Amino acid sequence: MSTKQEWLEKVYNRGKERPVRFSTLSDMEVEPLYTPEDVTGDYDSALGHPGEYPYTRGVYESMYRGRLWTMRQFAGFGLAEDTNERFRFLLAQGQDGLSTAFDMPTLMGYDADHERSMGEVGREGVNVTSIHDVARLFDRIPMGKVSTSMTVNCSASALLAMYLVQAERTGVPWDQVSGTIQNDMLKEFTAQKEWICPPAPSLRIVTDMVEFCAKKAPRFHPVSISGYHIREAGSNAVQELAFTIADGLCYVQDAVDRGIDVDDFAPRLSFFWDLHSDFLEEIAKLRAGRRMWARYLKERFGAKNPRSMMLRTHAQTAGVSLTAQQPMNNIVRVAIQALAGVLGGVQSLHTNSMDETLALPTEQSVMVALRTQQIIAEETGITNTIDPLGGSYAVEALTDRMEREATDYINKIDEMGGMLKAIEVGYPQREIAESAFLYQRQLEQGIKTVVGVNKYSIPEEIPIDVLKIDPAMEERQIQRVRKMKRERNSSALKEALKRVAEACRSGENLMEPICEAVRRDATVGEISDIYRAEFGVYKDPGWI
Amino acid sequence: MAKPGLDGHDRGAKIIARALRDGGFEVIYTGLHQTPEMIAEAAVQEDVDAVGLSILSGAHMTLFPEVIRLLTERGAGDVAVFGGGIIPDEDSKKLKTLGVRQVFTPGASTEDIVKWVRENVQPRD
Repeated sequence: MSTKQEWLEKVYNRGKERPVRFSTLSDMEVEPLYTPEDVTGDYDSALGHPGEYPYTRGVYESMYRGRLWTMRQFAGFGLAEDTNERFRFLLAQGQDGLSTAFDMPTLMGYDADHERSMGEVGREGVNVTSIHDVARLFDRIPMGKVSTSMTVNCSASALLAMYLVQAERTGVPWDQVSGTIQNDMLKEFTAQKEWICPPAPSLRIVTDMVEFCAKKAPRFHPVSISGYHIREAGSNAVQELAFTIADGLCYVQDAVDRGIDVDDFAPRLSFFWDLHSDFLEEIAKLRAGRRMWARYLKERFGAKNPRSMMLRTHAQTAGVSLTAQQPMNNIVRVAIQALAGVLGGVQSLHTNSMDETLALPTEQSVMVALRTQQIIAEETGITNTIDPLGGSYAVEALTDRMEREATDYINKIDEMGGMLKAIEVGYPQREIAESAFLYQRQLEQGIKTVVGVNKYSIPEEIPIDVLKIDPAMEERQIQRVRKMKRERNSSALKEALKRVAEACRSGENLMEPICEAVRRDATVGEISDIYRAEFGVYKDPGWI
Repeated sequence: MAKPGLDGHDRGAKIIARALRDGGFEVIYTGLHQTPEMIAEAAVQEDVDAVGLSILSGAHMTLFPEVIRLLTERGAGDVAVFGGGIIPDEDSKKLKTLGVRQVFTPGASTEDIVKWVRENVQPRD
């Protein structure tokens, strides 16, 4: 048998290639063929069996044979009661975990009745201003039985406090509450751009929450270290992998520097990947991620508990890949991306709805998105065996390559002094912007194709029904919030807020004082205002 | 180029700002989280000929008209206001009746946008 090189020269090159660039979505050149020559490392050290270090083939020994991934559709719009209805619809359709999308005022730390919230209440997600909204949100949903993820970052401390106190009010003790709060501030400064105060105090708040959950809510995931937003902001897959892991290393280091034993908190760190359209690249990325995290936690931090080394992840199909043109095509995109996620071994999955380039999803379209996951689980057979693509020459070669290239980035960030420093000098932000611009150029030059947009477009688009947000609900929420503020005990609240401010200054863990404040009806805006006063307001540097 | 409101999605705005700059225009990018007042103020201070607003948060029906109103109030009603983001067609039509010159939605190329600006924005006296 000839070597690969011989085959390329003597056999493959006899034929013609189509005049396209054979590269991944991230512009990584892909070879015509991968063979055993392309795969280095032995099975035990590079792969391992599922549930065994370095977890390349899967974090759990039984993976989907033991338990399917959690089907967890991100949902939220309007007021708490509207989202509660959508939550109960999704649970009835077979979803097994909740994921909450909040509106911009909630996410940015402004109450519904704040000037800056005008026109924004309930539009990108649900408005939660006080614990009363949390109560409405989880009406008829057993908080001790259903795990909820909350996608919120700079105001996460307020939301976590409200969630825990509300759970307690329904009879669920904190140590029984399971769920996740995104709370990944590092990627906010580089990608999602939701912030209140500068990076350093933002990191302090994250570590307060990590420390607090380790002691008081040990089943809760206090951070979801995210690559999704980094990718959506324009990075390529290698940068997504590198910057996410680097963010994770920064959180681990910060907690360890505070004196918390790595094995006391690392088992509850979770991750969140994007699932973009390049099928093989995404699977390779997920597998490389697991191997890298395991190695760093063991070698850099001396983790002993295997659970500290397991990269457990939620994933979402890529929002940026969806098109406004011929939206039904998005159903196909999402199915393929979700398939990559399952073949890549995710623990939890959100599939986008086909109308999401136009508006928040309708009930119809989110049902199709959920059914996509259910069809993969029940009809395709890929859950019958673990990591079925393991050992594929192409997949293993790509996994190795992604790890190598991502490690180069992480080394660079290490040399800068870690992710916090790198963010302060704008390094990841510039890399992301460059990749975004490169991709746009390639798209406009026809080097990259998007069906329906720069190829196979149609002259007349067929309109589809989209979800409309009733603008009257903004006023309703404003009135409700004002009424609540009038009726609560303002002197008790004032005392509690003072305690939060004191904790900001003393360095004491913020979470207990915030829980106290929330019990007295402190709002998201009021807690965020304390951060503004004590830590300063971060302004967008506005680099292009 | 401005990002009004609380929306933090700036990938598009930054790419367009850069493309316009590469196309020979002088571009001021305001950065994120600008109130309509801040945008109108900056537009007047910098004496711009056009303001591009990028809105992906669904708050466009409030923010576009407010920026136009404030520009007009400051005597800069002839500044060409255009923009894009996640804006349904029916809202797009309404915005145009309110004075928005053009709305670019997902799939629009930077080439189209630069061409439109070149052909439709006049320098103000």
